[in-house]
Order: sequence, then C-alpha cells, then structure tokens
Amino acid sequence: MSSTAHPTPVARPRSKGGPTPTLTHLRGATATRARELIALYPEPRSALIPLCHLAQEQEGWLSPEIMVDIAALLDLTPAEVLGTASFYDMLHTEPVGSHLVSVCTNIACLLNGAMELLEHAESTLGVNAGGTTADGAVTLEEAECLAGCDGAPCVQVNHRYVGAQTAESFDQLIADLRSGARAAEIPTHGTLNRVARTTGLQADRNQVANERSAMAETQAQRAAAAKDTAANKAGA
Amino acid sequence: MAITEAPKIITGRIGHADSHTLERYLATGGYDGLRKALAMTPEAVVHEVDTASLLGRGGAGFPAGRKWAMLRKSPVTYLVVNGDESEPATFKDHLLVERDPHQLIEGVVIAAYATQVSQVFIYLRGEFALGLERVQAALNDAYSLGAVGSDIFGSGFSVDVVVHPGAGAYICGEETALLESLEGKRGFPRIKPPFFPAAIGLYGEPTVVNNVETMSNLPWIVLNGGSAFAALGEGRSTGTRLFALAGHVNNPGVFEIEMVKTTFRDLIHAPVLGGGIPHGRELKAFVPGGVSAPWFGPDQIDLPLGQDEVAGAGSMLGSGSVVVMDDHTCAVRASWRITKFFARESCGQCTPCREGSGWLEKIMERIETGNGREEDLDLLLDACDNIAPGLTWPPQQTTICVLGPSIPSSIGSAIQMFRDEFLVHIKEGGCPYG
Ligand SMILES: Cc1cc2nc3c(=O)[nH]c(=O)nc-3n(C[C@H](O)[C@H](O)[C@H](O)COP(=O)(O)O)c2cc1C
Ligand code: SF4
Ligand code: FES
Repeated sequence: MSSTAHPTPVARPRSKGGPTPTLTHLRGATATRARELIALYPEPRSALIPLCHLAQEQEGWLSPEIMVDIAALLDLTPAEVLGTASFYDMLHTEPVGSHLVSVCTNIACLLNGAMELLEHAESTLGVNAGGTTADGAVTLEEAECLAGCDGAPCVQVNHRYVGAQTAESFDQLIADLRSGARAAEIPTHGTLNRVARTTGLQADRNQVANERSAMAETQAQRAAAAKDTAANKAGA
Repeated sequence: MAITEAPKIITGRIGHADSHTLERYLATGGYDGLRKALAMTPEAVVHEVDTASLLGRGGAGFPAGRKWAMLRKSPVTYLVVNGDESEPATFKDHLLVERDPHQLIEGVVIAAYATQVSQVFIYLRGEFALGLERVQAALNDAYSLGAVGSDIFGSGFSVDVVVHPGAGAYICGEETALLESLEGKRGFPRIKPPFFPAAIGLYGEPTVVNNVETMSNLPWIVLNGGSAFAALGEGRSTGTRLFALAGHVNNPGVFEIEMVKTTFRDLIHAPVLGGGIPHGRELKAFVPGGVSAPWFGPDQIDLPLGQDEVAGAGSMLGSGSVVVMDDHTCAVRASWRITKFFARESCGQCTPCREGSGWLEKIMERIETGNGREEDLDLLLDACDNIAPGLTWPPQQTTICVLGPSIPSSIGSAIQMFRDEFLVHIKEGGCPYG
C-alpha cells in the first residue's frame, strides 16, 4: 500500500444534496459517465473505485477537489473517499507523470533480471522507484506481479503490457514515450472512457426478484406435494 | 506419464488472432452452450456441473456444483466472478479475459441461469487495461446479440452483467475482501466462518464467487456433458486445467493440460510445453500453486498435476502457477522477495500477519544483504511459528484470512531445503551466487 503522506481533503459535511449535486471538477462527458456508472450498482458506493479511475482519466490523479465531487456523487464524505482510495495502489493521491512505468520485481521477474532492470531504470531516469522525472514524462514504480510473467522482466506503461525488457529496449521505450512514438499503442491512463458500456441495466431488479420469489414458491409447493405423495405411499 | 490428447476445452480458440471477437466466437460454436442450458432446467445444469466435478480454479479448489448448491434461497442473489488474478507468477486468467472474453461471458450467464441469480459482477484486476476493454467490448456485443440482458434468447431468463475494475491490491483476490472492495470499501477480508458468501455475501445477500477459469469451462461442460469432462483427469481432479509456467524455463507460458495424467516433469521439460531449463542448467526447486505454497525439490518432479496428489505431497496446486528455479538461484533472495510481497500486501487487520510479515521481511533483508546474525535463523522460524503454529501444511489458521498463514511457506521451504545458503549469507556476509 502507498505509504506517502496524503493531502488533507477539503473539509465538507456529508452531502444531503439529492440526486444531482453540483460538480466543480468532474467535467462534461466524464461527469455523465460517472452517473451512468453509479446507475449500474444496487448501492451507489460500489461505484467508488470506478469513479476514482474516471477521475484519474480526466486529471491524471486524485486531487482533493475531485474527491469532493466523487463524495458528493456517492453521498459520502471526502474523507471516506480518500480513506478508501489510499488502500489501492492504482489510485494516486499525489500527481503522477504522464506515463506510469511499472517494473515488476516479483519472483518470476526477479529470476529473469528484474532487479537489475529496475536499477538501470532508476539510474537512467534519475529517480528512485516511486519518483517522477523532472519533465513530468515518467513516474517509475516497482510493481508486484503484473500477471505477465511469461514476458519477464515484465513492464507495463499506463497498465499496458510492453513485453519483456532489456536495458537497451527500456531506454528505447522511454525515448519513444517522450517523443510520443508509441502514443497510439500506449494511451493515457484508464479504460472507462475508451470502451464504454453501451447499455444500462435491462433486468429490472424488482421484477427479477418477484419472478424468483414466485419460482421459489412453486418449488416449495412442488416439494411439499412430493412429500405428501411420499407420506401417502408410506401410509398405504 | 505423458502429454495426452485431451481436447483444448478453454484454449481451443486462442490460436486465432481475432479470438476475442464475436464473429470468431460465433463461427466456433459460441453461445451454443448457453442456448442448450436455457432449454434445460436450472437443476439439470447444476447436475451436469456436479457430474463434471469441476473444481474451482481460483486457488481453494472447491467443487463449483457444491458451492452453487449452498447458495441460500433468497429473492436477490448475486454471482461475482473473481478476475483479480494477483497471486505472483499466475497469469492464466489474463489470457482468458484478453483472448476469449465471450467464453467467459457465456460461462457466466450459464452459471447465473443455473443458480438463478439476478445480477452478475465480473471483478477484473485494474492492471488489466486491455482485458477490461476486451471484456467490456464483448459484453456490449453480447447484449446486442441478446445473450445477456432481458429475456435472453427468448427464454424468459434475464440477468445483467457488470464489469468492475479493481485498483491494485492483492488481497482483493480473497473472496470476502473482493466483496468489500466491490461495495466500494477497503479490501478487508471478512471473518468466516460462520457466514460464507453463499449465505451472506455482497450487500448481505447470498453470493456465489467463482474464478474466471472456472466460469470459462461451463460452455464446454454444458455442450458435451458433465461426464465427458469427468472422463478426463482422474479422481476428483477432472478435466483440463491451465498451468502458468514461468521462471527459468525456455518456453514460459500458459498450457492447458489434462489433470493428473501429466507431471511437473512433463510441464517443465516437454519440448511442446516448458522446453526445459535454459543454459543447460539443473533444477534447484520449483514453486507449485503460487507463492503462498511450499516449494518442491527435484525429487518431487514426477508428481502428477492433480489437486489431491500435490496436497498429499505437502503443497498445493493452488492458482495453477509453477515457478522454476535453476541451480544458480539464491534461495535466500527468492524467499526474501516473496516475503517482501506479503509484507506489502497484508491488509493489516490481524497482528500475526501485519507484524509478522514486517518482521520477517526485515530479517530476510538483512540476511540477503549480508548483515544477518547468528540467531536470525531461529528468529525467522520462531516468527513463522507465531504466524502459522507448527508450520504444518495446510497451515493452522491464526488470522481472518489465509494470506497470513501462507507467509511462512517460502521461508520455511527455503530454510528446510537450503539451510546452508542461509548460513553462508550470515557467516560470510554475502551470497554464494554473487
Ligand atoms: C490472499 C488470497 C488471494 C486470492 N486471490 C485470488 C485471485 O486472484 N483469483 C481467484 O480466483 N481466487 C483468489 N483467491 C481465492 C478466492 O478466495 C476464492 O476461493 C475463489 O475466487 C473462488 O473461486 P473458485 O471456487 O471458482 O476457485 C484468493 C484467496 C486468498 C486467500
Ligand atoms: S491474514 Fe493478513 S491479509 Fe488476511 S485479513 Fe488478516 S491481516 Fe489481512
Ligand atoms: S512475477 Fe513479474 S509479472 Fe508475474
């Protein structure tokens, strides 16, 4: 879990603002997407992580201001949003560079030179793992297993797999990221705006619940009838 | 033992470059299993899965049919698919979500029908950017096709499926932590027993949690029958299973293999599978089932890839991963890195896990960096014993979830198998492997 100090969220009482609170930082299409996402869940709070991802798609990180908007949308306090977000490695409560470069050093990658690659990355980028280059182009992080262990040492950029890296290919990768040569293949952070859900919920929850209760009742009646039959047989 | 001619049940399609598209899926029998299931009664579908003896592929290996039968009757129930795949060296679900998302969706709707749930959530690891896009795109297509949503294929059965992104926390793979996370909270595992998710799950309602690979087997099982699945493998370990092979092998990757009929030796050395160890080196040890599992040495390489066979030998098939270490590997360094992982990922609720992992990491780090002390070996074992008393396998439960008691697995194995290496590190202040 992230161990860095968190910015203090802007104090604000729990929103009682009804279904359409005024948003100050989540903008246009992103705000619309946020409301669509909330509608997918039985409880609004379930949309907290998706909304944090959305906010990062817009801002690059979770600023205190944007957490206020998320809180308002979910009828939570900003502290509840921060307290949850800070648990998760992918949710950044401090600014990150435009490319998040994650180098896995877990077991399969360790066995294939990941520590050496990470050291190389730190020295060529001039930052320690966790740091961001002065030009804001790259944030380097030491990652746990990224489930890409057959391409070890495994590297992701903005959570896109870029294949096993050597020191040389890593330098080329960084140069390409800086020049924008791989922008098409490695988009900015996040997926929720890129491939959006096209339908809302279709199976109305109450209707489904009624159907299920009716079915359960029929089943119970059938079971009772079967019991009666069995009892009659036994009695006969 | 040998590599058998068993059919490719869940990886048959992925040879095609467009295996993730609806066109390819429909051209290769896609959604036929679902159509067949919808023409059966839900009980009949459960019966097929029971007959198949489909063991959960997420780690614990609980029979899927039995889990479904335990679902408490209630008007509102949920199915949650576990695609959090974060156990180190496990990367099989990664393949399934990126390369065959429709197969997953078809399996999910079949399971929803069999268990009569009203809503499904597919929880995918947040780091799977492409996987999230592929599953969402496939789901959009499946809705248009009428395979998901209301009145599926005119059957009168309706269910919604929602793709939910995680955000980077290993513990959210544990099913109750996953449910907490899905409720928009920190991923803190819930205490169980007494209440398993099948009784009190998501939002307090009865919930089935199943792994991505478990779900992906269902279309084939329904189409071909549970007994065809059960005819593969042996004993309780039926069908095929995905094994993620990594570390020091010539050909790392995911392989679909008939259970029990194939051994670790086949997996690691067969030319069509792992292809042996690079640079002509020898096997030092291998980790079956994810880093939570105790290690095996070369003398256990002929064990069959079966759940009970591996459990009987003192480890587990777990998440289906196998990490190979060659004879130039430093056992101290390997177990230090695994311990560091647990220290980083402990959710912090339980003292033995939170404090224990931190202690173990510190001691391991000082041994690894050549600053170890004479008494450190005993100290390590003592700390391990406090987390998992007696260092038995399966470990004794001292904590809310089994992450804690799994922490000592690697250190315990490394000390037991390679005590000398620890002593060299401590006495000579450095690593024999440089
Ligand atoms: C620490 C921990 C991590 C886990 N991670 C995963 C995971 O990433 N994916 C998964 O499917 N199961 C994982 N599990 C197992 C789940 O708790 C659960 O048993 C499984 O999802 C049930 O599905 P199955 O019956 O289909 O295997 C984990 C368990 C623990 C204790
Ligand atoms: S054992 Fe560890 S990870 Fe599991 S609940 Fe306790 S502290 Fe959290
Ligand atoms: S161990 Fe590095 S990606 Fe799995």
